[in-house]
Amino acid sequence: MTEQRLMGRLFTPRALITALLLVLLAALPLIAQAMGDRYILSVGTRIVIWAIAAVSLNMILGYGGLVSFGHAAFIGIGGYAVGILSANEISSGWIQWPVALFAATLWAALVAALSLRTRGVYFIMITLAFAQLVYYLGSGLEAYGGDDGLNISRSRFAGLIDLRDKAAFHWLCFALLCATLWFCGRFAHSPFGHVLRGAKSNESRMAALGFPVFRYRLVACLIAGAFGGLSGILLANEGAYISPAMMSWVKSGDLIVMVVLGGIGVRFGPLYGALAFFVLEESLKPGLDLLHKGWGEYWQLVFGPLLVIIALYAKGGIAALLGFRHE
Amino acid sequence: MEALIQVLNGVQLGLLMFLLAAGLTLTFGIMDLVNLAHGSLYMMGAYIAWTFITWTDSFVLGALLALPATFIVGVVVEVVIARRLYARDHLDQVLATFGLILFFNDLVRAIWGPAGKSIAVPPFLNHTIEILPGALYPAYRLAIIVVGTVVALLLAWLVARTRLGMLIRAGASNRRMIAALGVNIELLFSLVFGLGAVFAGLAGLMAAPISSVKIGMGDDILILAFVIIVTGGIGSIKGAFVAAMGVGQLDIIGRVYLSDWLKAVMDPAAASAAAPAISQVLIYIVMAAVLVWRPTGLFGQRQ
Repeated sequence: MTEQRLMGRLFTPRALITALLLVLLAALPLIAQAMGDRYILSVGTRIVIWAIAAVSLNMILGYGGLVSFGHAAFIGIGGYAVGILSANEISSGWIQWPVALFAATLWAALVAALSLRTRGVYFIMITLAFAQLVYYLGSGLEAYGGDDGLNISRSRFAGLIDLRDKAAFHWLCFALLCATLWFCGRFAHSPFGHVLRGAKSNESRMAALGFPVFRYRLVACLIAGAFGGLSGILLANEGAYISPAMMSWVKSGDLIVMVVLGGIGVRFGPLYGALAFFVLEESLKPGLDLLHKGWGEYWQLVFGPLLVIIALYAKGGIAALLGFRHE
Repeated sequence: MEALIQVLNGVQLGLLMFLLAAGLTLTFGIMDLVNLAHGSLYMMGAYIAWTFITWTDSFVLGALLALPATFIVGVVVEVVIARRLYARDHLDQVLATFGLILFFNDLVRAIWGPAGKSIAVPPFLNHTIEILPGALYPAYRLAIIVVGTVVALLLAWLVARTRLGMLIRAGASNRRMIAALGVNIELLFSLVFGLGAVFAGLAGLMAAPISSVKIGMGDDILILAFVIIVTGGIGSIKGAFVAAMGVGQLDIIGRVYLSDWLKAVMDPAAASAAAPAISQVLIYIVMAAVLVWRPTGLFGQRQ
């Protein structure tokens, strides 16, 4: 690549916007401190965490064409693994995090092995059903708060990082988001990713070429499940709280919204999507209240139809708007 | 006797679930639409019925007025939004109808307020009937079973014996062909969608006196309805019926007997807390098992 072409690639509007966005997210603790507004930081941290989850969903939904409607289960399992260990006096993150990641991956293996046998709507519904299963298990865990959830203490990494420090925790999440995005890029352009994307557009052709499509998809689901579990670990630590609500089917729907809104099958798409989702939520409420006192409560009256319009008319989401092509 | 009453409770739940699932499986089978907002029509049916029942002071009259109103709501949803989704992929359908759920939940909150409503059991059904010597059963629940059975038979007759039913079956197997044969499929689709809305609304308003009318009441039950149509085979009315009945019985077994069985192995408080959750889990496990065995459901067409 010549230097000129490289410069041309680096300084497109979309690259600048993406870079600006990342810088903004990285600098958020400082901005929040300067403004004296802690709420912004907590919203920002949640955006980063949900973006990790959305990127992980995009790995199978965007690149694999597998419409999973049960992705929140991985968040729940990651979160509950941390919470349950923490409630049992095992507070070291060095134990909690690997266990949580392993649990989420194991669940992904089980769900994928069974649901990848089905296609289309059956796949959507069976993934949803498996997520509901986890949800009801969580709400049945009376010892860990049942429906009400449970306050937990945050994971401890003695001497390394204190997760109670909001700024440090935000930076940790941000670093993990960058790592996830980096991995997703490598993943999409690896030979593995090419097979996965090939199977999305024509499964029988890939099978005829001799690729074991089922196994490729299974591995993709394992990877996505692990990253989903990671976001669950972070979410549990963000609020020092776990509850079945973090894995309700509405959350799985929210994740699909983030991916589609941001741009399906584009590396940075889910990041835009997560950002747009939270910014819309946080601005529609006060915006409508400004229009007429009390309307803010009904923000979903606007948000719902907006989703319909996006589904109907906005092919490619925000990424397409910025000029990203399908990777 | 206790067992008989529990079986009847299961049948009653199964019939309600069938009413909800029938519309869902028809819209999917014929229009190829994944309609997550079907549960919203169930909720709308119950709220509209509450308004009419309060207004007319009669359960039957209010219910009779609510059904055409729910039909209109269904047709409006079809004409304004659903129609544009038929040719889209499932992901777009999921996204758009997910948006509709959010819309309807806040619409209900804006119109009827955040607090739930309750519909009283109509006075003429507010007693128990001795179905067998020594076995008392609430008349209202029995009425649900009767109405549910009649509507299920009516639907079976409609699909199997009438011209509309013939078109519905033809549409389910090849909708482009029947459009090419000169059938006004836009009208057919609107009718089927409206019909599905009426069934959902009927289920919602009949369930109202035994549960409650609240925001999001359709969301969780919708997932159960999806489990039913997927297990039964999407597009198959027969499959929906069989699966709905199965889910009804499973739910009762889980709720009533599981806690007793669990109490034998764990402490009673924990057992009664865990039983409802495990009974739900049981339903999903059965579904997963069916799909592993037959990936297109019990009565679904082989791909």
